[in-house]
Amino acid sequence: MREPALGWIDPQLAEEFPKLRLWQLRVDAADHPSPPAIRERLRILSDRFHGAHAIAMRRDPVPHAYRVFFRHIGIDPDGEERTPVEAAALARLKHGGFKSAGLVADAALLAVVETGVPVWALDDGRVRGELGIRPAGPEEQLGAGELAADVRPGRLVVADDAGPVGELFGALSAEHVVTAATTAMRLFSVQAPGVPGIHVEEALWTCTEALDSV
Amino acid sequence: MVVLDGRFAGLPPYVDEQVDEAGARRSLREQIARLERQLADAVVASFPQTRLDISPPAGGGVPRLLSLAELEDERDSLQRRLREARAVLEGRGAEIERNRILLERMLLQPKRYKFARMHRADVDMGGCGAWQVRPRLGLIGMMMGWWQVKLSSGCPLAT
Repeated sequence: MREPALGWIDPQLAEEFPKLRLWQLRVDAADHPSPPAIRERLRILSDRFHGAHAIAMRRDPVPHAYRVFFRHIGIDPDGEERTPVEAAALARLKHGGFKSAGLVADAALLAVVETGVPVWALDDGRVRGELGIRPAGPEEQLGAGELAADVRPGRLVVADDAGPVGELFGALSAEHVVTAATTAMRLFSVQAPGVPGIHVEEALWTCTEALDSV
Repeated sequence: MVVLDGRFAGLPPYVDEQVDEAGARRSLREQIARLERQLADAVVASFPQTRLDISPPAGGGVPRLLSLAELEDERDSLQRRLREARAVLEGRGAEIERNRILLERMLLQPKRYKFARMHRADVDMGGCGAWQVRPRLGLIGMMMGWWQVKLSSGCPLAT
């Protein structure tokens, strides 16, 4: 999977949101502490973000599209759950800068801040088949084993052939997250209706480029 | 003139069995998108002088496919918050207007507004500083009735 590939969308969800897409990309990379170049990029990016920008970004086309999609699926973006780019902006304001949290987290942060499109990474070795979005079924769990968490039926999840791997715009399964043992990752991004495809491509490309910088 | 209501009063209300729910949902989603845009405009317009509280009453919800009723609730909630935000903005606009008139009067007749003080933020102007009606030459000006409006210097220097 060298080029971003489309994931599947549950038919009922696709009927409701015909322009909703999930993009995925396999990357051979491992998690490390970020190199100085990435940390420097985060520092420069921090300087570009101010309080006024964090407030005004809700009117920009891409963050606006995610806010609208959040409302359409029952999440209030002004409540506890923020859109990914607004959550990043809020963290920037709280901590006084974008903090480095390892290469994978930093690459995803760069992608979301620069494009407004969120990117997540999973351990490719633990993903079964293609990723997609669907409502959770009854008695499903996020991952397996002792760390598995219950998922409320009907909640929208990102799933593979075996079951949910993460909540949509929420927590990922502890079983599928990238660890020190990971050698290949499955990046994925959710394209909300109204977000141009080129922004998603750029987000995945930004993330991949950062992961390749080591 | 014939009053039709009276003639058909005994009939049951008309209910269309073939309601286009998908169309209704689409329409509600469009309304939500439009209201979200207007609410965002209101929040941005109010920044930084006025703080709008548009947070939801409880929690934020979980991602799911919303029913028609839930979409209606979301639309109604947004409408209510937009109405409240606009009321706050209108109130703030009226307050600024009153302050600007007062500032004009202070500048025209400082003697009538002795020691009155008006901050730049009170008239929706950025930066620091305040206009204050003060006596010219201190105590002598007070006794002679020589009053003037002075604009204080800018923001304090960062230490």
